[in-house]
Amino acid sequence: MRSSMQQQQRGFFFNVDWAIVFVYLALCTIGLLNIHSAVYDEKHPSFLDLSTDYGKQLIYIIVAIVVAIFILLLESRFFSALAPVFYGVTVVLLMLVLVVGRNVGGNQAWISLGGGFRLQPSELAKLTTCLLLARYLNGTNIRITDPKSFMISLAIIGFPMLLIMLQPDAGSTLVFSSLIFVLYREGLSPYFLILEGLFITLFVLTLKLNNTAYIVGALIIVAIIIVLLTRRNRKLMPVIATGLAISIAFVFSVHFLYTSVLKPHQKVRIDIVLGITTDIKGKGYNVNQSKIAIGSGKLWGRGYMQGTQTKYSFVPEQGTDFIFCTVGEEWGFAGATVVLGLYLFLLLRIIRIAERQRSTFTRVYAYGVASVIFFHVIINIGMTIGIVPSIGIPLPLISYGGSSLLSFTIMLFILVKLDSNRMGIV
Amino acid sequence: MNSFFERRYVIAGIFITLILILLARLFYIQIIDDRYLLYAQSNVLRKVYKNPARGPILDRNNKILVQNEAFYDIMVTPNLVKPFDTASFCKLLGIDKAEFDKRFEKAIKYSPRLQSVFEKQLSAQAFAAIQERLSEFPGFDSSPRYLRTYPDSIAAQFLGYISEVTDKDIKKSGGYYHPGDFIGVTGVERSYEDVLRGRRGVENDLVDSRSRFKGHYANGAYDTAQVAGERLTSSLDKRIQKLGEKLMLNKVGSIVAIEPSTGEILCYVSSPTYNPNLLVGHERGNNAAELYKDPYKPFFVRPIQASYPPGSSFKPLSALIAMQEGLITPETTYNCPGYYWAGNHRVNCFHNERHGVVNLASAVAESCNGYFSMVFERLMNYYGAKQTASTFTNWRGNVSKFGLGSRLGLDMPSEGKGYLPTTAHYDKVYHPGGWRSSTVISLAIGQGELLATPLQLANIECTIANHGFYYKPHLIKGIGDKEIIKPEYRLKNYVGIDSQYFEPVINGMQAVVDRGTAAGSKISGIVMCGKTGTAQNPHGEDHSVFVAYAPRENPKIAIAVVVENSGEGSKWAAPIASFIVEKYLRDSISSRPNGITPDYIMSANRLPALENYYQGPKLKLPSTPKDTAKHIADSANKKAASGASRKKNKSKYTTSAYQLERREDEK
Repeated sequence: MRSSMQQQQRGFFFNVDWAIVFVYLALCTIGLLNIHSAVYDEKHPSFLDLSTDYGKQLIYIIVAIVVAIFILLLESRFFSALAPVFYGVTVVLLMLVLVVGRNVGGNQAWISLGGGFRLQPSELAKLTTCLLLARYLNGTNIRITDPKSFMISLAIIGFPMLLIMLQPDAGSTLVFSSLIFVLYREGLSPYFLILEGLFITLFVLTLKLNNTAYIVGALIIVAIIIVLLTRRNRKLMPVIATGLAISIAFVFSVHFLYTSVLKPHQKVRIDIVLGITTDIKGKGYNVNQSKIAIGSGKLWGRGYMQGTQTKYSFVPEQGTDFIFCTVGEEWGFAGATVVLGLYLFLLLRIIRIAERQRSTFTRVYAYGVASVIFFHVIINIGMTIGIVPSIGIPLPLISYGGSSLLSFTIMLFILVKLDSNRMGIV
Repeated sequence: MNSFFERRYVIAGIFITLILILLARLFYIQIIDDRYLLYAQSNVLRKVYKNPARGPILDRNNKILVQNEAFYDIMVTPNLVKPFDTASFCKLLGIDKAEFDKRFEKAIKYSPRLQSVFEKQLSAQAFAAIQERLSEFPGFDSSPRYLRTYPDSIAAQFLGYISEVTDKDIKKSGGYYHPGDFIGVTGVERSYEDVLRGRRGVENDLVDSRSRFKGHYANGAYDTAQVAGERLTSSLDKRIQKLGEKLMLNKVGSIVAIEPSTGEILCYVSSPTYNPNLLVGHERGNNAAELYKDPYKPFFVRPIQASYPPGSSFKPLSALIAMQEGLITPETTYNCPGYYWAGNHRVNCFHNERHGVVNLASAVAESCNGYFSMVFERLMNYYGAKQTASTFTNWRGNVSKFGLGSRLGLDMPSEGKGYLPTTAHYDKVYHPGGWRSSTVISLAIGQGELLATPLQLANIECTIANHGFYYKPHLIKGIGDKEIIKPEYRLKNYVGIDSQYFEPVINGMQAVVDRGTAAGSKISGIVMCGKTGTAQNPHGEDHSVFVAYAPRENPKIAIAVVVENSGEGSKWAAPIASFIVEKYLRDSISSRPNGITPDYIMSANRLPALENYYQGPKLKLPSTPKDTAKHIADSANKKAASGASRKKNKSKYTTSAYQLERREDEK
């Protein structure tokens, strides 16, 4: 009670982490400019023209800022207290979208709100999942090393994931896997992290070599070498054996999935990223044009509104998922470095904020935000330069889109709010 | 703070590492790899080539022989095509739905976002009907294209034809040509290709991902304007060219007329010929196939590619050489019993006619074989029979100065050499030292191994008209506004005969026309000097040959006419030559002592029966249009199939495509 009194006396912006706010505004501005260039319409050049995507994005940014201020006005405890409610509403919406949702581009991900606005519950789900996970891990006697707590944590993450997978929106589904960083920070065995890294490596190798026998053979040899090197440590033996068994099982299941379960268009996407096939006219067209756009930017870029790939719409989806092409083409390596630098700064800043919290809730939540943003950045930019499969997820704060912008704004400003109150007890 | 505090560094480390990997990859594709900028440029840059109009070709009086006419291609860009009334579109173009689908499929296969040709070469009238409605069909567009047209349908072999470039042409040109460009394949179109084609313009356009025009690259700084091809002025005279082609209708042979004072070719008829308009536009492939099938080979350029024994037309040359060598004088006589014995070789005069005592002039006038056999034996045996070989070489050298046995270097492709035998030839046929003047005595009267092209024959007449020299014959006298100044065309080529030796021979030649073998073709009021020839043809009736120049004083025209398989020179070749000469000198034609009229000649069919017609060695044609290659192969097979079908062919070919065209032309 005392703390909230104090805060109100000290004003809304007391203890606000201005660095985050600055980076937030910078990224939104960069986004707006690049959307302007990417979908520029000669007949409607103004940012104030609401018929254009940049006009709309400007409105979204203004709305987002209003929402951000509103969040700063709220009580810190509000988020923790209502986390289960938010989560519940999200789950209901995720179920609802499967029934009444609008199908856009093969994904049943949107709920129409009327007036041309529509809601994407999966964007909300990232936020509410982080909140509930934070609230759960904040509880007394909850330790992630405890199997029960671990399973519950997994369930909190897995439930919305499952619902999103049904849409089916592979990109948003995969975003939740990034929350492993949160669990790791909270005490999850590093083996899980190593296993995840191992899985990714095995996944790529299995598909690329397309020969399970070699990989299994190589895995056994590696396991034997590790056993020989660590033979004095008897305790490691079962761990290694389990790891080997899991790896082998994984290789076979990936192989099975790839050959028998994946649909051809999904296979093609993976094939292109892994360099198994090159099909620059068909499925690989977007990525190839995207690489051309970015590659043609050279060091300083071709200048604002000067990129020919951008201007003459060679890259599809350029306002949304492929917005980084415009950055790369028109602002060059320099501009790309600035954007990546801003993201890296944002991530490290969030980690710093996380670690200065007294409350586990805020820390867990902060790591959740960082993980989600990190995943989005790596996958989105990785996709535009062809080192990650084409998974349609937006670039945080830069891509065109109200849902995405709003959900990242809320995520970040809840964190800013929680952080501003870090001395209090939530 | 809890016990896992230090794990923040692991997480931060992973974040930093992966972002650095992204940066490294960006560094690679943006800074190190240069290809992407090129790709981006090739994405948006469309080089649009503006093809210049090909130069027209005029005759010596600036009358048009070939010019350009606009035709229109209907283009399609599949991406831009919106659903439309296919039926009415098909009706507009006069194609059916199946054909439409086929072409559309092909266009998509070529490229969905690039333009390709949907319908080729519509005439201006046909296009006018379509043009106004074309805008109803988005995605379809038109593109003008200029095609050759020949107002008089003459001089096909001289002008030659153009055709789409082959892969070989593109390679050879070092990338100048692009697929779909046209290049001269034969005739002037080929030999003056560089001048006629002009310079192509390039426009660097910016286009978007759907190939829509978005502006000029760098505001057109790198664009170049096209430069139209140069106008060529040929030396041909359209009037006599036209007359010559009509006279040679339904005959095999050629007419070559040259202006002796310049070497300019006035008339260049190769018969049978074809209507050059047939090799333009829509039906070009089919027409070419038909023409290639024609056993009389209209693509064979007879004035320079066919070679014949010159026959008696060679006699003046023999006489000139003998006089220059000092072996005979104009007064040298021979008492002709109707033949001549060379060793145990008897050379008969024509019809075994006894000429009695003849001197040089009368020997020429009466074409006495005996006299010239005697002259030839004297020439060959001057240093004794044992020296025949070296004497022959000397004689050969003298003959070759007249341009026989080698190319005259006409400004046309594919000129033939004729044939002037060497000692090596006879050494091979007999054995070294195993032949004497009597062995090769037929050379005395222009028979035997000696072969000359009609161009070479006409050139010899020029030399005689000029009293000892000739100018290199040529067909093009001007490029654009400037006279052609190839210095070699101004050079007098001396043949090594002193001018005083010409008068006696010319006297004889005048007598040929005044009262000799060609008396029937005398043109009243014009002194023409000529010589008939009857070239022996082992494959059938002799070839009718006549060479001449006129007038005797201040000669204006020298001419050689060959009508294959038509007997004596006086019967066909001489009248034809006289009509051409008179038409050229007077622009009208008077009556002849023998009563032969141009109409008589024109309506006569002298096409040899195919079974007698020697088709010559297999023709090597410069390049066969792709679409016709198969037809030719087919027809070749058919020809080989049976002799019976040949007879059918004959009747068919007297009314073949080109003749029908020519009749139309005569109206």
